[in-house]
Amino acid sequence: MSTPTPTAPSRPEAAPEFDLAAESGNRLPRFAGWGLFVLGALLAAAPTALLGWSTGLFVVLAIVVGTVVTWGVSRAVEGRRKSTDRLVTCLVSSAFAIAMVPLFSLVYTVVSNGVGRLDAEFFTSSMVGVIGEGGGAYHAIMGTLIVTALATLISVPIGVLTAIYLVEYGNRGRLSKWITFLVDVMTGIPSIVAGLFAYALFALLFGPGVRLGVAGAVALSVLMIPVVVRSVEEVLKLVPNELREAAYALGVPKWRTIIKVVLPTAAAGLGTGITLSIARVVGETAPLLITVGITTALNVNPFDGRMATLPVYAFYQLTQPGVPPEFGINRAWTAALLLIILVMALNLIARLISRVFAPKTNR
Amino acid sequence: MAKRIEVSDLDIFYGNFKAVEGVNVSIEPRSVTALIGPSGCGKSTFLRSLNRMHEVIPGARVEGKVVMDGQNLYDPDTDPVAVRRQIGMVFQRPNPFPTMSIYDNVVAGVRLNGGRMKKSDTDAIVERSLQSANLWNEVKDRLDRPGAGLSGGQQQRLCIARAIAVEPQVLLMDEPCSALDPISTLAIEDLMTELKDRFTIVIVTHNLQQAARVSEQTGFFNLNGVGQPGRLIEFNPTEKIFSNPDVKATEDYISGRFG
Repeated sequence: MSTPTPTAPSRPEAAPEFDLAAESGNRLPRFAGWGLFVLGALLAAAPTALLGWSTGLFVVLAIVVGTVVTWGVSRAVEGRRKSTDRLVTCLVSSAFAIAMVPLFSLVYTVVSNGVGRLDAEFFTSSMVGVIGEGGGAYHAIMGTLIVTALATLISVPIGVLTAIYLVEYGNRGRLSKWITFLVDVMTGIPSIVAGLFAYALFALLFGPGVRLGVAGAVALSVLMIPVVVRSVEEVLKLVPNELREAAYALGVPKWRTIIKVVLPTAAAGLGTGITLSIARVVGETAPLLITVGITTALNVNPFDGRMATLPVYAFYQLTQPGVPPEFGINRAWTAALLLIILVMALNLIARLISRVFAPKTNR
Repeated sequence: MAKRIEVSDLDIFYGNFKAVEGVNVSIEPRSVTALIGPSGCGKSTFLRSLNRMHEVIPGARVEGKVVMDGQNLYDPDTDPVAVRRQIGMVFQRPNPFPTMSIYDNVVAGVRLNGGRMKKSDTDAIVERSLQSANLWNEVKDRLDRPGAGLSGGQQQRLCIARAIAVEPQVLLMDEPCSALDPISTLAIEDLMTELKDRFTIVIVTHNLQQAARVSEQTGFFNLNGVGQPGRLIEFNPTEKIFSNPDVKATEDYISGRFG
């Protein structure tokens, strides 16, 4: 970087001196990254207009031209390494933006269509005697809550105990390999198949044509159990083995070690995993359509006849909206919005759980 | 409070691999016994076999006899959980339970073993154990804080307090100071010297000075080559091992001329 000072030992001539300033080279100003990309995107407007304007075409061209312009200018000014960095940054950011488009579009559409009927009546009245205007989803909200809670009640003990077997007792033996394989298969079961299974099961027990809330809960459990097993298994594997050994060395039996040491240590992950698995099934339509059906009136007994649930409610409001149709369609949008809010709330709860129950290390 | 352990013809396996072969030794009560030797020679494996922690690893098993108090620890009728209540263990890395406070960590062994105790009793256990572990003065004002928030040396002493809170006969220590700085190491060595009046202590260490400082008896483990089982080469009073060992290999290892 500079001439050697007399005190420094002189180096052999062969070793080239590293010049930090030269290596760093010219730098584009900080705003250049975005500026160049926007410039390129604007350039893309001209060819789009020539080819006949369409937003989709413009977006594609803007990304391509913006990336090329950024890369080209950076290459000319900053050299190869920096320009590669900018190229990859452009590609990654674009991919992210494209991935966000359907999400925002979906949320925007559902909110703008559904917010109109998100009123008190929607939460307090059912569909009894409603053909056109008015009506609500009180019965469907209650139905969704009851069926999902019942499904959780069935799935969580089975799922958590299975995961405990796999992690703590399975020892990677033949049985645990089979369970893991079957859980993987279950993860891939289409939801309609789960519904048909539950329907067939309850038809065998109660005769054909049976519709019960509990049948829906069983169908949802088929979908939920593998998710619970998978997530709980991963969480239990994260519990350090040293903690189990510490408990064993104190003379604590294995079962008590699992209950008092392993599960509390994994509590945050357990809560998160279970909440996310609820979010996974709360919006299922197909299995509930077959097993639970739909009603217009409130039914809170899952062991007695049909119940309404939000996804099925939305489905029927859309396909059989009544006369005139716009009121039913609006109710369907609002039900969809409510489902999105529900899933979002469950995700927030999951994050909250993982924060509150995380092992504390503050001094 | 302290008991002798007699080990005879002990072979220790991981699956089909024989890790330790033919150990015969008698561990004296109320003393510190140090186990030294190169890495992978089976010291820790042997130590873990003394309280049946070895078999926690899938496929691990033991042949031979370990007798304490006239009872063979590997008798089919012996409950490994009961063995571990008698023979406590401190591990290489401090492992306090992260969900528990300092207080709960100390009484974890008592509580988890199902004992319902009065608050005054557990208070007494906590104070006694932490005082024995030289930690009481540092933490007495924050017993309700998480145990994982202590420094490494304090965590290790917390683990020692937890181990002695259940009043075991024997305390096994698997390189308890290898993750600690010299000052914490000194604190734990002083602690061992105090504890040996009440417990039988067996310590595995890579630190030869530590073995020389704290132990009465020293065992030297070695193995002939990779894939060979480890053996107890020499077991003698520490002074003899470090001044005039019977076996050439021991002398080579201690003087650093190993291999």
